[in-house]
This record gives sequence, structure tokens and C-alpha cells, in this order.
Amino acid sequence: MLGADELVINMGPQHPSTHGVLRVKLKLDGERVIGSECIIGYLHRGVEKIAENRTYQQFAPYVDRMDYVAAVSSGLGYCEAIEKLLIVEAPPRARVIRTILTELQRIASHLLWLGTHALDIGALTPLFYCFREREEILKIFEKYCGARLTTHAFRIGGLQYEAHDTFEKDVERFCKDFESRIVEYETLLTQNRIWIGRTKGVGILTAADAIAFGVTGPVLRASGVKWDIRKAMPYAAYDQYKFEIPVGTTGDTYDRYLVRMEEMRQSRLICLQAIENIPTGPIMAKVGKVLKPPPGEVYHAIEAPKGEIGYYVVSDGTVMPYRVHIRPPSFINLQAFDRMVRGHLVADVVAIIGTIDIVLGEVDR
Amino acid sequence: MADEPKEPKPPQVPTGEEPASSTPPVSAPPAKATDASAPAPPPKAAAPAPPKPPVVLQTPLDNELVKRFRAKFGAALLDATEDRKQAILTVDRAQLLEISLSLRDEEKFDMLSSLTAVDWPKREKRFDVVLELYSFPKNERLRLKIHAADAEEVPSVVSVWPSANWQEREAFDMFGIVFSGHPELRRILLPDEWQGYPLRKDYDILQQDTAWVRENLGIESGQ
Amino acid sequence: MMQALFQATIEFLKAFWAPLLCGVAIVAILPLIVGYIVLVERKLMADMQARLGPMRVGPHGLLQPIADAVKLLIKEDIIPDDADKLVFWLAPVLSVSAALLALAGLAIGPAFQIAQDINIGILFVVGVSALGIFGIVLGGWASNSHYSLMGALRSSAQLVSYETAAGMALVSALLFTGTLNIKAIVEAQSKEGIWFVLLAPVAFFCYLVASIAETNRAPFDLPEAESELVAGYMTEFSGFRWSLYFLAEYANMIVVASVATTLFLGGWLRPFAHVSWLNVLDFVPTLLMVIVAAYCLQRTPKQPTRVQQMFMLAVAGLCFVLGIVLLAPVVVPIAKPFYAGIHGGFWFIFKVSLYIYFFMWLRFTIPRYRFDQLMRLGWHFLIPLSIINVLLVGVALIAGAYFNLKGWGLLLVTTPAAVIALVVALLILAAEKSRGARPDQTAASDFYAG
Repeated sequence: MLGADELVINMGPQHPSTHGVLRVKLKLDGERVIGSECIIGYLHRGVEKIAENRTYQQFAPYVDRMDYVAAVSSGLGYCEAIEKLLIVEAPPRARVIRTILTELQRIASHLLWLGTHALDIGALTPLFYCFREREEILKIFEKYCGARLTTHAFRIGGLQYEAHDTFEKDVERFCKDFESRIVEYETLLTQNRIWIGRTKGVGILTAADAIAFGVTGPVLRASGVKWDIRKAMPYAAYDQYKFEIPVGTTGDTYDRYLVRMEEMRQSRLICLQAIENIPTGPIMAKVGKVLKPPPGEVYHAIEAPKGEIGYYVVSDGTVMPYRVHIRPPSFINLQAFDRMVRGHLVADVVAIIGTIDIVLGEVDR
Repeated sequence: MADEPKEPKPPQVPTGEEPASSTPPVSAPPAKATDASAPAPPPKAAAPAPPKPPVVLQTPLDNELVKRFRAKFGAALLDATEDRKQAILTVDRAQLLEISLSLRDEEKFDMLSSLTAVDWPKREKRFDVVLELYSFPKNERLRLKIHAADAEEVPSVVSVWPSANWQEREAFDMFGIVFSGHPELRRILLPDEWQGYPLRKDYDILQQDTAWVRENLGIESGQ
Repeated sequence: MMQALFQATIEFLKAFWAPLLCGVAIVAILPLIVGYIVLVERKLMADMQARLGPMRVGPHGLLQPIADAVKLLIKEDIIPDDADKLVFWLAPVLSVSAALLALAGLAIGPAFQIAQDINIGILFVVGVSALGIFGIVLGGWASNSHYSLMGALRSSAQLVSYETAAGMALVSALLFTGTLNIKAIVEAQSKEGIWFVLLAPVAFFCYLVASIAETNRAPFDLPEAESELVAGYMTEFSGFRWSLYFLAEYANMIVVASVATTLFLGGWLRPFAHVSWLNVLDFVPTLLMVIVAAYCLQRTPKQPTRVQQMFMLAVAGLCFVLGIVLLAPVVVPIAKPFYAGIHGGFWFIFKVSLYIYFFMWLRFTIPRYRFDQLMRLGWHFLIPLSIINVLLVGVALIAGAYFNLKGWGLLLVTTPAAVIALVVALLILAAEKSRGARPDQTAASDFYAG
């Protein structure tokens, strides 16, 4: 019931700051948000239905288009899920190269997040610096598999392409440059009193709430829960490398910012460790050209940059999956938006949408 | 199957095989085109004549958790299997809420990772509502399955795991499964007035709610 | 009767032809100047963001302002249905008129001043530029949109709040001069031999921050930011009307920069104006121009196209000519009387440009304040600080007069005053921080107009 002072305003679906086609209805009391509703589905493309009509390999490029900002990790999750279904394991060399590419993708995704989030809050410059670094990563992807954004980098069973000649050198050069760049971003933002004023205490999500809402990824870690699938249930080659899991304390926007910055640093460390010792050997396991997994089902989740991306695949023994359900991190994380935004001012809504780091392609599938 | 390794033939479909069986993964020669050039060793002996027995990867599960579960809920546990080393419990629909509460509070499965449904139209209870649970303290996953017929309502677990809110809405949107007790069960991804439940198996891939499209987009579907 | 009127007009023109001409020139040229200031801003922004900026329209994007102006002029003039047509027309005109009128009171050098020797110089400038707030409020109201009105009221609340702080900061500097006359203020700095920025640094800082808020520049640009929810007052204005608002904003920037330069940075005085052994500084303008010319010459062969090469040569030539013009009054005895005018103009424009450069630099570097934080900064920090600073500077002046301190000697009393003001500032900041993690959870919507 709308009281005398209550106002419902609508944000989006076309809006510079909703990061896609997201419509948010805000119920305001003066300047304060007392309720919100996210209306999604503008980018729904029926990916799960399509999966039932494509073979396992044919479906792989579709998963890139969900979280188009971090296509490599979505692809990794899918390929590993089908490999679990087939009970094959990718060879060690493939696993390590997959790890390197996925960590580079994590850095790229966080860079895009940082640039756009800072832009929403009013800092115009970090966007261009972040994209400069992201460009380097996309160049590596392009050299590797020919595509920058929707890469389809991995295949079920391993990799199709051998790492290109300058792969290790490129990654090493990027990682060596990257440390000073992170320092650049931090100089602009981390101690900046305006940045702190706009992000500290904004959008607090307690750990209990985060777990209850199924929130995963940097949002969960910033709320204080030290959980990362790469450590809890390692996949690819993550059990071979030493890295830290950054954890926040209060679960506000500032903590999420710090967690993602630190994650970028840790990803860089993983890449450096990985390229020192990429095993030789085959890059593709022995899987047939036609994949007919034994009937059954599997749920496989990996740590995508935005959270836990899970693939629930049901096979009936034919060449096409019977059911593929994708558990999208952005979709689940966005549920917590209402909890995070209540009591805040309208100007904070934009900051909170940005800090959850959603990609509508993944929310809507 | 005998001449397969000697011919560089790309389609490797083992035509004689039943869909239920699969090539046991790493042991048999995969018969890739690249391999076929070398005079390959003869395939494994059992290949041509008798069809391989279907590989069943689901094994019954009877660990501590299941034992405790059985002790507590008895008949509500319809089945406990392990498929590819992942635990699956099939439970009775009516007691879902109590089971969920017990799993959350006593067995410490505090996070609902995923809630979805699968349509098996040939079955009497055509829908499988699948909950994927995770326990932070135990670092363990568990899958919960509930069979539901077309018009049957499934209790909503939103009160147990608020994460189920949008996921149940999505299952309702895509399958038409009604979750009783859900605070606001309406379509989430598709427009509110859409008719039809797309992820059901009887909904064709090219099918659309042409009336809605005509009314709201002003075009004939298929353009 | 008509004869008398005609006579009076002729007399008026005979007496005031020079300022009138200057005025017309300014109104005619200012849009062009503002256009190029915008181009400079875009190029600077690009440089700080590791990219190039406008490069296509004209060599190195130099014709970009022309293209933008043409585009804005030929745009369809959309007026909301229920908008009040008269006020909708009037609002941007008010804004731009106020800004241009304020420009009239400023002295660009000892020779260039349109409104000659107004006794209340600074007051006139500050007061008239404050009239621009009407333009904002009326614009928001005339748009007949709830959000535009909210945005306009917010913007005007911001401007009014920071006007007080700016005024107090100006008072601190005016204490040294005893007069509001612009030329006299610069004369006072010339007489003391020290710029007021050194004597009242805290006042300069207050005025700097307040002037950024006055002109709706980042980090105080929430009312007009694109990514914010509540649309600004300019939303419904498109095409030429919008360009009038835009013009008003940049003209305001020039006005506040000029006021700051006049009061704090020594106006048209050369650094160390009366220190004769530093007269070599007189060659600095020429040197600057020659360096720029040399740089352009050096870059000429590296330009990809012929047009750009010719353009670089032209710029080099222009800078060289300017260098000669600046050199002439220093070395050529005949041109010596023009020294004050030409070099004064150069130094004034140089300082104004530095001030505006700082505005632009800030815009690209720091994020923007949320509205309640902005108002809190104005009311809880700047206004108390500037008022306390007035008191401290006053006390310092009395002490200075008591001890008969003059010129640089005044630093002995004003520096302690500045230090105390700084301590007060830090105390206020600490008090704000400790007041609560989220101050807006305690305060209601009292910071929001409307």
C-alpha cells in the first residue's frame, strides 16, 4: 500500500547503470528506499531448452553467451561437467592451460567490473585503465583460440588448440606488468575519501543472509564466509597452486571492492605459478567424436568470477542432453539485492547494483 | 567393430551398441581418425559379438547420512542412490518441508545451491524437482529429488532457504510446477501473460505464445 | 523629445563605446572560447585516460567544437507538452545572462575591463553570478517533470549552500584590501608584494572547493550526472537551449576562476612583480610561447597527413608570433607602455587556465559525492571553517598592524592563523567521522530540497 509519502520509481530496463537490461522498481520514502523489485527476463533466450536440442559439443558455444564477460570460466564449468558425466579426465597439460586461461578470465571479468562500478560512482578514469589491461588479456585469448569475448576455448575432454608459441611469454609479461597496474587502480580509489564515503557501509549483507540467499563468489566472501570452490572442491589444476582466499569483514560495498582487488592479485599469482611448470603431453583425453554419456546426471560447479556457476546435466544416453540446468551466480546473487538496498538512499542503488556484479546474460539465460 | 581401427572413418558411432552402454572410457581404443592410420592392435575381444552389458553408474547409497535419514523419516525416503559419486536422495513430496528443515538444521546443509526441475513425460509423476544442497561445515553436497505429477503442488522451501525464491519462480515459469507456500509465485523470465511452459518436453523448440507476440511485439512469430 | 533621446544615446555611445564593443565582442566570442575549453577538457580527459580524444573533426579534432555547435543548433527543439513555454524559454537565457554579466565586471588585465572601475566590483560579480541559480530552478520547474524539479531544487540547494562558504572565503582575502574594487584588489597585492594566497591559504582552499560546487563540477556534479537516478534539471532541454545551459556552466567556471585569480593569485601580476632582480621572469611568457612553438615544429614531420602538418606549422607560427608580441614590451622601448596590458593579460589568462585545469583534473580523478555527503561537507565543514578563518585572519591582521608588519612580514602573523585554521579543519573532520558510521541513518531528509 502506498502511503502518502511513498513513491514508486522505475529504473531501466534502459539505464546507463543497470549493466544490461535490468528493470528495478524502487519504492521510496522521500529519498530512502523501502522496497525494491527486480524485473528480469529481458534477455531470456531459452538456453536450457536449446540444450535439449543440440549435441553436447554443439551446446558448448552457448554457454559462453550467458556470462559473456567471463566466457572462459562458463566454458570450463560446462566441459568439466560433461567430462564428469562421461567419467573422463582431461590430461594434466590441458588442466593447467585451462587453469591459466580461467584465471586470466577472472582478472578480465574483475577489471570490467571495476571499471564500470567506478564509472557509476563517478570516477571516470579507472574504466579506461581497466580496459587497457583487459585488452592485453583479450589479445592473449585471441592468439590462443581466435576469439576475444565468446571464446569457446575448451573442448569436452581437454583442449582443441595447443597453447600458441608465445603463450607463456605473453602471460608472463602480462602478469609482470599487472602488479603495478593494480597499484594504479588502488591509488585512485582505495584510500580516496570520496570512494570510501560512497562505498563503506553501503549495501551490507551479513554472512547469515548471504548463505541463506545462496549468494556465492566475492559477495559471499566479502560478507565474511571464507569459501571458494577452488579450495573447497578443487577442479582443473587448482590443487597444485598456492593462493589465498580474500575475505571481508562487514559485507559492504567497500569490502567487496577490496575482495575483488585482492582476487585479481591472487589470480595473477596462480598464473605465474602455473606457467612455470606446464606439463607436456596430450591436450585431449580419449573421447569419441560422438559423445553419448551413460544415462545419469551430474552437478558440477566451479568458481566463476561472479560466484558458483553450476551445471546440472541429465543424460539419457543419447547424443543430446536430456536436461541442462545452469545455476547462474548472477541470478542468485541478484536475489539479495532487495535485502542490500533497503534503508539506503537512491544514489546508493546504483552502487549496490554495480557491486553485486551481474551480467544479465547470465541472469536471464 | 573389428575393422574400425583400420579404417580412417570419421564417424565413430559404434552402430551396434545400445544407447545405454558406453565405451568404458580410457581402456578401449577410441578409434579416432588419427589413430586409424597406424596398424592398430586388434580391439578388445569382447567387442563384436555380444553387446556389452549396459553400464550402470548409479549405485545404491547407504552411508551415515542415509542411515540417519531413514531412522528419522523412514518411508519418506523413497530412494537413495549415488550417481558418479554424487549422493541423490529421492524423498516424498508431502514431507519436503520437514525434511528440508531437518537437513538444514541437523545435517547442516545450510545452502541451497540450485533448485530446478526435470520433465519425464512418460512417467506418471512426470516432474522431478531437484534441489542441490551444500553444507559449509561438512563441505558436502547432496541432491534431493521430489517426484510430482502434473497438477500436484510441491511445498515451497523458501521458508527454509530463501535462495529458493526466484528459483522456484523459474521452475514454475518453465514447467508450471506450483509451489505451495511461495510468497509470490509468478513468472520471472517470461512475460507475465505468457501461456505455456517452455521447458516441458511437449513444448516444441520452435513454439512460442504467438498470441502474446502478436499483441505485444506486433509481429507474427517466426520473423 | 525624440531629439533629446537621440542626443543622449549618442553621448552614451561616445562615452562608453569601448566597453560596449568589448561587451559585444565577449558575447560573440565567448561561445567559441567555451567550445574550445570543452575541447581542451576532452583532450585532457583523454590524455589522463590513456587515449587520444577527438581526432577526426579537423586536425587533431580542432574543429570538434564547431561541429558540436552546428549539431546543437540544427537539433529539433523539443518542448514538453505541459511545460510553461515562457519560463521554458526564459530559464536558460537567465542562466547564461547572469554568467555573461558577471564576466563584465572582471578585469582581465589592467587595461581590459568592460564595466570600468565599479566600486563594488567583487560583490557585483559574485552577486550577479548567483542570479544564475534562478535559471536552474526555473528550468527544473518549467520542465513539468517531477524528477527534473527535484534535480533542479537539489542543484540550487547545493549552489546556495556553497555560496556562503565562497563568500566567507572571499571576505578573508578582502580583509587585506579594504575595498571591493577589482583593480584596487590587485593593486593591494601589488603593494604588499605578496599574493593573498600565501597570506590566506585556508581561504583559498575554501574558495577552491566552494567554487567547484558552485559550478556543478565533479565531484559535486550529482545533479547532472548521467548514471544517477534522478534526472537533472537539464533533461528536458535539448539542442540550443541545452547549449545555453552548458555555456552558462563554463562561463561560470571562467568567472570563478577569474575571481579566485584576482583575489588570491595576484590577478595580472607577474610572480614577484616588484622584485627587480627577478625581472628576468618577464621573459617567461615569451619562453613559454617559444617552447610550445618549438615543440610544434618538432612534431610537424611526424604528422601522418599533410593537413595536420600544415596545421602544426600554423600553430608553431602563431605561438612564435605571440612570443614576439610578448617580448616586445620588455625589450623594445616604444612598446613599453603596453607592457602592463599585454603581459598583464597573459598572466591573468595563464592563472585562470591553471585554475580551470585543476577543475578538469579533479573531474577525471575522483568519484562524485552523494548529495547528502555533499551538503554535509558544505554545511558542517566548509562554512564553519571559512567563518573561523575570517576571524583568525582578522586577528592576524590586527596583530600585523600592531607590530607594523608589511608585505612578506605579514606572513609572520598569517601563517599561525592558517595553522590554527588547519587544526580546526582537522578537528571538524575527526568529529564528523566519529559521529557515526552512517551519518545519514541518523539525519532525516533534511538535506534534500523538495
